[in-house]
This record gives sequence, structure tokens and C-alpha cells, in this order.
Amino acid sequence: MSVRERPKTENSTVLPPVFAAWFASRGWSPRPFQLALVEAGANGQSVLLTAPTGGGKTLAGFLPSLIELSSSPSVVQRAPLPPFVGEDERYVNPLIAKLKARAAVRPRGVHTLYISPLKALAVDIARNLEAPAREMKLPVKIETRTGDTSAHRRQRQRHLPPDFLLTTPEQVALLLASGDAPRMFGNLRCVILDELHALAPSKRGDLLALDLARLSVLAPGHRRVGLSATVAEPEILGRYLVPQRAGEDRRVAHIKGAPGAKPDVSILASEKDVPWAGHMARHALADILAQIKKATTALVFVNTRMQAEFVFQQLWSINDENLPIALHHGSLSPEQRRKVEAAMIKGTLRAVVCTSTLDLGIDWGAVDLVINVGAPKGASRLAQRIGRSNHRMNEPSRALLVPANRFEVLECEAARDALAHGELDGEKPRHGALDVLAQHVLGMAVAAPFNADELYAEVVSASPYRDLTRDDFDRVIDYVATGGYALRAYERYAKLRKTPEGLWRVASPQVAQRYRLNCGTIVEAPMLKVRVVRNYRGPRVTYAGRILGQIEEWFLQQLSQGDTFLFAGQILRFEGIVETEAIVTPGPPGNPKIPSFEGGKFPLSTFLAARVREMIADPKRWQFLPDQVKEWLGIQRLRSLLPRADQMLVETFPRGSRHYLVCYPFDGRLCHQSLGMLLTRRLERIGAKPLGFVASEYSLALWALKPMHTLDMNRLFDEDMLGDDLDAWLGESALLKRSFRQCAVIAGLIERRHPAEEKSGRQVTFSSDLIYDVLRSHQPDHILLRAAYEDAAAFALDITRLGDLLRRIKGNIVLKKLDRVSPLAVPVLLDIGKVPVGMDANEALLAEASDDLIAEAMKVD
Amino acid sequence: MSDTMIEINGATLVADRSGALWWPAERLLAVADLHLEKGSSFAKTGQLLPPYDSRATLSRLSAAVGRFEPKTIVCLGDNFHDPLGPERLDAESKGIVAMLQRKRRFVWIEGNHDAAAAAVLGGESAPEIEIGPLVFRHEPRQGRARGELAGHLHPVAVAVTRARRLRRRCFVSDGERCVLPAFGAYTGGLDVFDAAFAPLFPRSFQAFLIGRDRVYPFAHSGLAAE
Repeated sequence: MSVRERPKTENSTVLPPVFAAWFASRGWSPRPFQLALVEAGANGQSVLLTAPTGGGKTLAGFLPSLIELSSSPSVVQRAPLPPFVGEDERYVNPLIAKLKARAAVRPRGVHTLYISPLKALAVDIARNLEAPAREMKLPVKIETRTGDTSAHRRQRQRHLPPDFLLTTPEQVALLLASGDAPRMFGNLRCVILDELHALAPSKRGDLLALDLARLSVLAPGHRRVGLSATVAEPEILGRYLVPQRAGEDRRVAHIKGAPGAKPDVSILASEKDVPWAGHMARHALADILAQIKKATTALVFVNTRMQAEFVFQQLWSINDENLPIALHHGSLSPEQRRKVEAAMIKGTLRAVVCTSTLDLGIDWGAVDLVINVGAPKGASRLAQRIGRSNHRMNEPSRALLVPANRFEVLECEAARDALAHGELDGEKPRHGALDVLAQHVLGMAVAAPFNADELYAEVVSASPYRDLTRDDFDRVIDYVATGGYALRAYERYAKLRKTPEGLWRVASPQVAQRYRLNCGTIVEAPMLKVRVVRNYRGPRVTYAGRILGQIEEWFLQQLSQGDTFLFAGQILRFEGIVETEAIVTPGPPGNPKIPSFEGGKFPLSTFLAARVREMIADPKRWQFLPDQVKEWLGIQRLRSLLPRADQMLVETFPRGSRHYLVCYPFDGRLCHQSLGMLLTRRLERIGAKPLGFVASEYSLALWALKPMHTLDMNRLFDEDMLGDDLDAWLGESALLKRSFRQCAVIAGLIERRHPAEEKSGRQVTFSSDLIYDVLRSHQPDHILLRAAYEDAAAFALDITRLGDLLRRIKGNIVLKKLDRVSPLAVPVLLDIGKVPVGMDANEALLAEASDDLIAEAMKVD
Repeated sequence: MSDTMIEINGATLVADRSGALWWPAERLLAVADLHLEKGSSFAKTGQLLPPYDSRATLSRLSAAVGRFEPKTIVCLGDNFHDPLGPERLDAESKGIVAMLQRKRRFVWIEGNHDAAAAAVLGGESAPEIEIGPLVFRHEPRQGRARGELAGHLHPVAVAVTRARRLRRRCFVSDGERCVLPAFGAYTGGLDVFDAAFAPLFPRSFQAFLIGRDRVYPFAHSGLAAE
């Protein structure tokens, strides 16, 4: 928590004696930022604290509240006590006097609300707070509330709220959507938001911002503490923490924790060849195992679940010493994950192969090495992962980056360089999602009838919604009330109705019940359980067997019976889908067929991409690169060219009977895929007869029947491709349908759970694709379609980034006509055939499969 | 784009990509399971789905009618999602129905939910009709039924392609009888390998999957259970 330092005298004037004594008894001295928070707390100020993990950050967040409560009446005694009662009556310190004055008149209710993105973290923090509370004999009741909290305890918490309530955003939303909210939170003094950098830029963060706005109405003037990892733009989080007002830029004070020692980051120099393509780092597994052997406990981060499965399985295949190495990712069954987490706490594991599920989480003291396999994708993400090792402030965290291919070597080097200079990815402020707002509006109506003017004022005080127009707000209310349809068909089935006083209220208790069943912004992709059985006996059989976890439906749909794949660390043979389960049998030993791999889940950050481009352009910066990579770039310079950092290289060359065009924007696979779709349409129009394309994180390759080097590249890559072509393509895009599904679930158009379903078993859930098609053709400006489009443009398709890319390269395209493939083009060409893409892929696949079979059926031998 | 033909009990029919079945010899167009007003039926339970499903279904039907110009239209039952559906149908949709009925025979086969359609909207009503070698009814008979065209089951099939499985609405036929896909905009589907299909097609069957551009025939062996 703190390093050993001799207590300084001025510190003890800020801390009450009992706290100073407690620090001293532990041999600790309060850190300057902890004292700064105490001071801010005494003044009722909200703050953003950015500091690396493990520096006593959470304790700093709670200290002011603990001090306030150290002299306040216990929750059980209701009668207000006179001010300045406590163990140190004689002690006169204006700061503490203020803190205590704030606390002393406090009647019952939650004093401090702590919100964490992970329930495990909330539970862990509650446990850690018990120690100081007990040792200082503070009259503080600390409780958690998560999905696991018993109904009995939830009920009690409503009647007898604890002083400190530690919980998650979803639980806060549920508590606020209740008539008890004013009683529970009317006397709230402080809200602590943990891991705010991870929470704020998401739909969960949007919902939380709206809930904070409601808390400001229930308990005006309560202070907030945001705890965050170091971020490039603290202003965004600073605004998030405080109610906004039109025409003002309000932000909280920013306090920085001690930076901690610079991490010690190295890049694996394998003896083996650096692969040209692929993401599995197969070549480096022996080196990874050797590093695990040297460390006490290592976290091995990868970017996708498939990589996790592969790396885990391969490590075990060479794990001659049987080191305890575990696997952790989001699809494993919760019991299995909890087992791994418990083993980590006990310190019985030597390594865990994991995905972003462990990017955040409780402190594991024993971790002394972080290995990142594959591309880091972003400097901030990497910094966060590295921070999971070594939670002692004055020792550097140790990390090893393992690039899986040549481009990833460049990316790793760029990321290491960024961290060495303390630079992080920039963030953009978020625009609050409309589907989340719809959910919140319903929740607020469930809490109590609301006045639209007042709720609008409340909503726009939340920073993500500060630019929300009144018109959009009214459309959201209309959506919640009757579906928001131009055809006013549902007035009599309205969920919200206006009272004679002009307040919006829920139409029936069933509406409230269904809100509670469907609240939350985390929408899982459709998943199927994976059940392992001994023998497969066909599709119309009931199976008993162990459930290993869940896998996304889209993935299983790619498999045919007999395909083998890795899951939960085992090789499994896919047999078939029976109702909502995928039935598998234990697979044969050997190499499983690894399904078409989709590269990284997170796109390469804009910031890191720019650094990679700079590195390629400047041979002076190649000094740390492995020889093979230097040679690769060197030959590229000879055979083709290396573009300047502000240029985009386009190469054309013939190969086989086809003509290729390869470009290198470095803007991530999603963005390149969108670019590929739009370029294909354009090439088709100008008669180049395109046949297909393939996108990687770094480049895009298209091929056609006609040569493309004579085309005007500035015309081809003109920004105007984002017009009609984009709309036409997006409308049909499966990704937009996926976004729509998510928005429809969050906004309550499609219910995740319906009370009638449990009763009747009759179909009450709908295919969102059917709804999408009907809505798109009959009311294309519907608010949920807009929400889906905004989501898809910003995330799923990276249209925003594509726009930036096209503007960036305007007038900066260098064309190189080659007679054969260049070294830089090899990696993306190796991907051809692995990833079938193209506008008409599904239609072509159907035609192909169908014709094949008919030909086969009609053949007369 | 080539038409996809289905032979049923000696009659040659066209499986149209709209989901309708066209019988050129009789200039007859058959559609199954329109489930009109399904959206408003769900609104009663609190799910406010876009109230445009009837319009969407009927416009698709009129587009097919425009292309084929049939003398007879047969709706194979479950024409409305619930018995009160015809009352709820809005004026615009009623207008489309009236237009569809002009100058031609229009038959509502009665399904499970909807005897009332003809009373409200005009047209003939019948539990089943027989024309030449074909018989039109809502629910397929158990056992053999030569020349039967029916709906009720909402068949979908999963095609196994080189890259992935694709699930599509489909016609199912063994040359003796045919089950039509549900035509309604909000109708879900039942996999052709579901037990409900087994007694109808004891030997084997072909599925005709509805793609974007045309209908693709698949042998039973080219499909996977969902």
C-alpha cells in the first residue's frame, strides 16, 4: 500500500491522530496524493486521481469518507449527535473540523457509494477496507451488492443501508429505478468510481453517467472521486465526474499519484525465424515457457480467445516440468474461471494464459512478469496489462512482448518506445448512446413519475449527453412510451403515460418488472453452451455431459461435424448443434483444425499506427529491430519503396492471371475491410472487374481481372466513397444488423428475458434481423436505426477512422508499379484464402454449395 | 436469373425468391403463413415492435403478384397471427388486400388462428381446396398426401457451404408434396430436420433455400441440422 517513510510532521496535521497512528502502526506514511484527497474531501471537492495500480489509490479514495465517519453516529443510532464527537475532541484542525461537520448531521442512508466495473473487485475492496475500519474501531458498516447478493440481504440494504456500499453500475441503475432511491441516497456524501478509464468510454459508462446525474439530483453537492490509470486526456474523465452546465466547461481537479518506476519492457528475440504472417506466435512458445520458468508467477496476455486456447495447449505440450499453468477467458464457465482466480490468490499457479478478461481485476501480489503475446494494439492497453505485474511502487514492472509476425515486431517496438516516453493513446470524448438513454428514461419512470423538462436538464448535465438536443430527447421518450413509430399504432399499449399533471409514469407494474429483468448494457453475442459427451447419437437425443462453457453461435456455425477445435484447453470434435447446445466429443490428439482466425479483437490504435508508420519511414530507428526484420524492410526499400510517415504506399503487380493492388494504411482490419468493400464497388463501376480483397491490421490487398496501375489513385481513394456507396453497403451489412440487435436489446425493443416466457414457453423473443429489415424499409429515420448506425460507424466498421484515413492520404498517395510481389505485401497475400470476404460472399457460397450438390446428384455414372 | 422449378405430383411449379409458389399452368400463386398483424399482437404483451409488418408482408405479396399476374391467389392459412388481427389491420393494408382481390379469385385457407379474414376483408374462405393434381391446405396431413401444398411449419434449412453454415427459409418437397416457407415478415422458422417434418417426408426430401437473388435447391445431404 505504501512505502516505508518517516512520517512528516505536516502530514499529521492533516490526518486525525487515530489515522496517523494507524499509518504509523503499519510502518507506513501517507502518500502526498492520499493527503491531497483528504484535503479535497474536507473541502467537498470532487477529484480525479490518476495513478498506477497498487500505490494506495483505492485507500486514498476512501480516506476522506473514513475520516468523516470516524466521528459520526453509527447508522444504527438514528438520532443526530452533536458535532465534534469522537476520540479526539481536543484536536483542532480546520480541515478535519469541516469533514466532521459534514458528517455529523448525517441521518441514515448510504454515505459513500463505490462503483467498480467488476463485481470481484468490489468484493475484494470491501474486504480490504474491513482491516483499517476494524483496527481503528471506526463505526462504519461496509457492504457489497452484486448479482450474487441474496434477496434477503438486498431487502435489508434498502431498509438499513450500509455506510459504504460497494457495487457495480448495473446495480446502481436498479437501485435508482426504485421508489427507495431518495431514502437510500438522499444523504449521499461521496461516490468513488474505480477503474474509471475502463468504464467511462463505453455504453456502461453512458448509463453510469446518467445514474450519476440522478444521484446529483437526489444528493446535490456530494463529492466524487474518480480513480483511474494514467490516461492521455484526463480532461475527458474530469468532465465525466461533474455535472455539466450549458456554456461552461466544468472539470474536477486532477491529482496525479507518484508515477512509479518506469516499466522494464523487452521484446522477445527468438532464435527462430520471425514469421511472415499469423498471430499464434508458434515459433516463440519454447522461449515463453523458459521465461515462465524463471518467473514466480507470470500473466500471459493474448488478444483473442482462440489465441489463448492455442497458446495454452501448446505450452502444455512442451511443459516437461508440469508447471501449474492455467487458462482464463470470458467463454469458460464461471466456476472454471473462479477456480483459476482462487488459485491465483493462493499463489499456487506459475502462469495464467488470459485475454482481456484479466486486464482489470484484483491485485495478485505474486505476479512478477507480464508476457504479451501478439500485437499490443495500443499503448494504453499495454500499459494497463504491464501494470498487472509487481504492485510494489518502487520496483519496475517487468514485461516481455512476443510479436507473432514481422509487422507485429514493428508494432511492439513502437509500443515499447511510446511507453518509454510515457506516451499513451489519445481518447475521444464519447457521445452518449441513445439506446442507453432509452433504458435510463424507462428506469427513471419506474422510480417515480417524471417531468420531461426536469429529466432533460438532468440528462444533459451528464457529460456524454451534454450535446443531446431536446428533440432527440423527446424522440427517446416517445420511443419508450409507444415505440417511436411514425405510424401511431400503439397508443393504447403505451408503456409510459402522461398524468393529468403532465408527468410521465409507467403504465403498469408489469412494465416496471420487465425493466428490472432487462436492465444493463452488456449484450452478449448469441451463445451456445458447449457440452462434451462420450458418444454422439444424432441430433434428436437428449445428452448428459459436462458443460465446458459457451461459444458464440457464429463461430460454431462455421464448423462441420468432425471439425476439431480447441476449447477450455482441450481438443474437441464438433458433432452438431442440438437445441441451444453444441455437442462435442473428445477430439483425437494432434493438431486441431484452428478455425479461420480473425486477427486481433481490438484495432491498432491510431496513435500506435502513426508511430509504426514513422518507424518504417526512418531507418535510423531500426536499430532495435531483429536482423530479419531489418533485412525485410531493407529489401522493400530496394524493390519497391518505403513511404514517408505522412504518405500511403500503393503497389500494383500481376501475379498468376490476376492483377493486385496493395495499400498500407495501418488503420486496423475493420477500417481496411470497410475500405475494401467500398473500393470494390468503385473498381466494379470503372470496369476493373475486381474479384476479391483481403484486409489485415496493416494493409489491404485487392485483386482484379484488369490491371489497376493506370487508375488515378487520388480519384480511387477519394473521400466521396463515404457517400451513397457507404449507405447502400451499410444497409445490408451483417455488422450493422449486429449493432442493431445490441441497440434493440439495450433499448428494450427486444427483451432478453420476459416474464411470460418462463410461464408459457411460447416464443416471445424475436429475430432482430426480421425487425431490422421491416423497420429499415418503412421508417429509416427511426431512433434505434440511428443508434445502430452510430455504433457501427464508430466501432464495428470504424467508418470514423476510415474518414480520417481518406483525409490524411489525400494528395499523399505514392504509387509503385511492380512486376512482382514486394516484401511488404507478402504477409497480407498469405492471408488470402483464409478469410473469405466480399459483398456477395453469402450469396456466392450458397450458389456454389447448391450447384455442387445438384451436379453431384444429377451425375449419371 | 433462372427460375427454380419444383415438380409436385406431376405439376410443375416455380419456387419464387419472395417465398411464394407459382403454378404457371393454372396462373395460381400460393403463399403460406402471412401472420399479418403479428407485430400488433405482441404489442398487447408490451413488446412494441415496428407496426409495419403487415405492410411489409403485403407489399412483398403485391410485388410478386405484379410480376406473375395470377388469376388465383391462395393464402395457405395462419393468414393473421390472431383472430382479432383482421380488425386491427389499418386502412392502407386493407387497401392493398382489396387491390389484390380485384378481378381474380382470392382464397383464404383457414389456419389455426384465423377463420375471420374473409368476413372482414372479402374473398373466399375454405378449409382446403383441390385444383387438378394439387390440394391446398394449411396443416400438412400426417402420412402420405399426394399433391399437397401446405404451410404451418415455417421451414428453414441450414446449408453447409465451404466457409460457413447459412440458414435460410425454404420450400421442402419430395416430389409428392410441398411445405411452403412462411411468407410473413415477422415469422420465425423451424428446422427441416425437426421431428415435425420426419413423418411428412419418410424417404428423403429436397429443400429450396431462398437467397437474395434466387432460390437454391439443396439435396437433403447438403444440409445440416440446426
